[in-house]
Amino acid sequence: MKILVCISKTPDTTAKIAFTDNNTKFVTEGVQWILNPYDEWYALVRAIELKEKDPSVTIHLINIGGADNDAIIRKALALGGDEAIRVNLESTDSFTIASQIAAIAKEGAYDLIFTGKETIDYNGSSIGGMVAELLDMPFVSLATKFELNGSVATLNREIEGGEETVEAPLPLVVSCQKGMAEQRIPNMKGIMGARTKPLKLVEPVAVDALTSIASFELPPAKAGVKLVPADQPEELVRLLHEEAKVI
Amino acid sequence: MSVLIYVDQADGQVKKASLEAASYGAEVASQLGVEANALVLGTPEVDLSSLGSQGIKKVFQVKQAELNQFDAQQQAAVIAEAVSKTGATIVVLSNNLTGKALGPRLSARLKAGLVAGAVGLPDTSAGFVVKKGVFSGKAFASIQVPTALKILALTPNAFAVKEGGGVAVVEELAVAVPAAKTKLISTNKIKGQIPLSEAELVISGGRGLKGPENWGMIEELAQLLGAATACSRAVADAHWRPHHEHVGQTGGSIAPNLYFAVGISGAIQHLAGVNRSKVIVVVNKDPEAPFFKAADYGIVGDAFEVMPKIIEAVKKLKAS
Ligand SMILES: Cc1cc2nc3c(=O)[nH]c(=O)nc-3n(C[C@H](O)[C@H](O)[C@H](O)COP(=O)(O)OP(=O)(O)OC[C@H]3O[C@@H](n4cnc5c(N)ncnc54)[C@H](O)[C@@H]3O)c2cc1C
Repeated sequence: MKILVCISKTPDTTAKIAFTDNNTKFVTEGVQWILNPYDEWYALVRAIELKEKDPSVTIHLINIGGADNDAIIRKALALGGDEAIRVNLESTDSFTIASQIAAIAKEGAYDLIFTGKETIDYNGSSIGGMVAELLDMPFVSLATKFELNGSVATLNREIEGGEETVEAPLPLVVSCQKGMAEQRIPNMKGIMGARTKPLKLVEPVAVDALTSIASFELPPAKAGVKLVPADQPEELVRLLHEEAKVI
Repeated sequence: MSVLIYVDQADGQVKKASLEAASYGAEVASQLGVEANALVLGTPEVDLSSLGSQGIKKVFQVKQAELNQFDAQQQAAVIAEAVSKTGATIVVLSNNLTGKALGPRLSARLKAGLVAGAVGLPDTSAGFVVKKGVFSGKAFASIQVPTALKILALTPNAFAVKEGGGVAVVEELAVAVPAAKTKLISTNKIKGQIPLSEAELVISGGRGLKGPENWGMIEELAQLLGAATACSRAVADAHWRPHHEHVGQTGGSIAPNLYFAVGISGAIQHLAGVNRSKVIVVVNKDPEAPFFKAADYGIVGDAFEVMPKIIEAVKKLKAS
């Protein structure tokens, strides 16, 4: 069985968010880059668990980005990917990215395609659904649990106020979130092994972008906190009722 | 030309997030001088003509019971056909859990630019630009959508539900429904609780509460106010509270009218999921806790002393 795990590079969760060039560009100076947490902790680790149960499973990684993405790709290989493909393209348009993944997936005949729930920079939550549509495959979004019995998967997916359990045939696209697996740390053997695992560079297919980013902005700053003395909590309740009018 | 708003249902009722999408879609339509119509798949029990209240002219209903169960691939195919049959040029839906499964599929299928997580109305002064949240609540991006057909997925709690007087015309729409490939086995809803994503008031607890046995005061306050409960990642990781209550950069992202945080330090990753809340209240015994910088109201104090008094004061308020 072949699993394709889509991984992306995002700023570290503590990165300072600032913009330049008339608010059209994210300031990357001083930013630490990481594997998008949802891709790493849930999508990739669940794939690794499936491989641990069934050694015939192979895990292929795909990333769309420039050469500076190789560091996070090597990390994913160190965690347990078998081989990786990087499509040499930088884009902020989800459809352009999804089209690259779909093009690779068509050739690779994967049984399962895993993505993270969303990236923590653009928060589109779009790649999985787009890839599924482009490949005409079923898609289970925001999965918290994935089990495989032969060629049928049983999944839990989040719904408003709870979860539902669904059955889906392979091939299948799944977006993964908390619950699917637990975060792992790569070990020394994995890190050493990752250096020699195949990382193939592929040129992109031509796609017309469906969106572009016109500009960025930061949210307005808060006016400052109004502190209420600890021995007068009823004053807080009064303020919430009469001033803020939220209760 | 028209705006078509996808209205989804749960347990036979229209979801609140879809009423927001309908209100937003009607506003987009009036801005562009076109009609706002709704699309309902399946057979919800409610009187759909009441969507007129949100500014909807016509409700197209694909009346097939099999659509009551959600399959993203099947629904996207049905919506796509409805879009072409009704001549819509803008599709609006909520970016709720259903919308996150449908929006991207529709975008790829119809080659329509998607704004996933819109927070404001379109600016048409130079093209068609819609603002959305990025960097997990730490910034906004204005997205240019150049395609003829556009899809706007509205962030829940970002647009108020409009209550007007109108009555919509409900019309059946005949659309071929392909077979669903996924099969629903069971649904597990947490009973008696308000879904976090739809809650207007949220009471949240952190590691400062010391252990799961101390959540009584969080739950009591939530019950009194009709609020949902949430928690920090540290709390969910320690299994003090269920995972679905975890909010923040790697958990749920919410924007209630009130976010009331007790014993939570306010780490940057936690703030990312809650900083769109309209009013933030922080109770923390450490005056240096970073959360106070993001708060509107605060009490520097021990939660175990402060919370019982707050609960008493709320009881008095509710009784008066
Ligand atoms: C990649 C990454 C992603 C993350 N994602 C998330 C996320 O999505 N959501 C999230 O929440 N965190 C996330 N975190 C973790 C985050 O950095 C914090 O560790 C976490 O939010 C801390 O939880 P806490 O505030 O409950 O606990 P603590 O940081 O331990 O804070 C407890 C607070 O309680 C106060 N306190 C103690 N006793 C009392 C008392 N008696 N009365 C009143 N106050 C008291 C203390 O002063 C302190 O401020 C993430 C971290 C990383 C690295």
